[in-house]
Amino acid sequence: MKDLKNELKLEFLSKSANESFARVAIAAFASQLDPTIEEISDIKTSVSEAVTNCIIHAYPNSEGWVKIHSKLYENEIEIEISDTGEGIENIDEAREPLYTTKGNLERSGMGFTIMESFMDSLKVESIVGLGTKVTMSKKIRKG
Amino acid sequence: MKVNHYIKEKILEIELTEEIDHHSSEKIRLRIDYEIQRFSPKKVIIDLSKVKFMDSAGIGLIIGRYKVALSYGGTLEVRNVSGKLKKILEMSGIHKIINIKTVA
Repeated sequence: MKDLKNELKLEFLSKSANESFARVAIAAFASQLDPTIEEISDIKTSVSEAVTNCIIHAYPNSEGWVKIHSKLYENEIEIEISDTGEGIENIDEAREPLYTTKGNLERSGMGFTIMESFMDSLKVESIVGLGTKVTMSKKIRKG
Repeated sequence: MKVNHYIKEKILEIELTEEIDHHSSEKIRLRIDYEIQRFSPKKVIIDLSKVKFMDSAGIGLIIGRYKVALSYGGTLEVRNVSGKLKKILEMSGIHKIINIKTVA
């Protein structure tokens, strides 16, 4: 049983201005674990990718709520980012590097690949029409 | 996000600052494309030395500007790329087609 040190819940509208707010907020929360600069940078980038996905893909034509639920353990951070938007039809395809449905918006299709390689674990759950939940975790100061 | 540009002998240098994400990239894109259309440079240099944060929006932005520069008869180079930015750019493989120069 992992020892829960702290917990955070955050909810905001899917406005692109909130991308920087979300990553800075989670980075500040994560700093309680005394991470390295590189670890903080990896967390910021991964949160930015997940939140951007919600804004672009979950709510393409409207605004909706994006929720972040984060937990701090002794030497690990867990971050869950969810929406109640359109959902992903084929998760395996969406996770492929360079796969994008928004090439016209100059999206690179690297979002999930970046989250996967910057964090230690990444789980994507989605139901079309109901929403998507991305859960990622990272060990801090594992040495 | 401030975008500075310098033009000298058909070389257009674009200095980006602060943060490149989905939110900021739209404005940056319009600004760079405007300068490329204005000058038809033979070379576009994007300087990232003052960029503090970049996510995958930066990859899309650079590939897009590469295509625009090419369509105006020029080339594109990305300069002063720090370690953490390099990690993201190389993940996409764009360094195989675009000249990416790391911080000296």
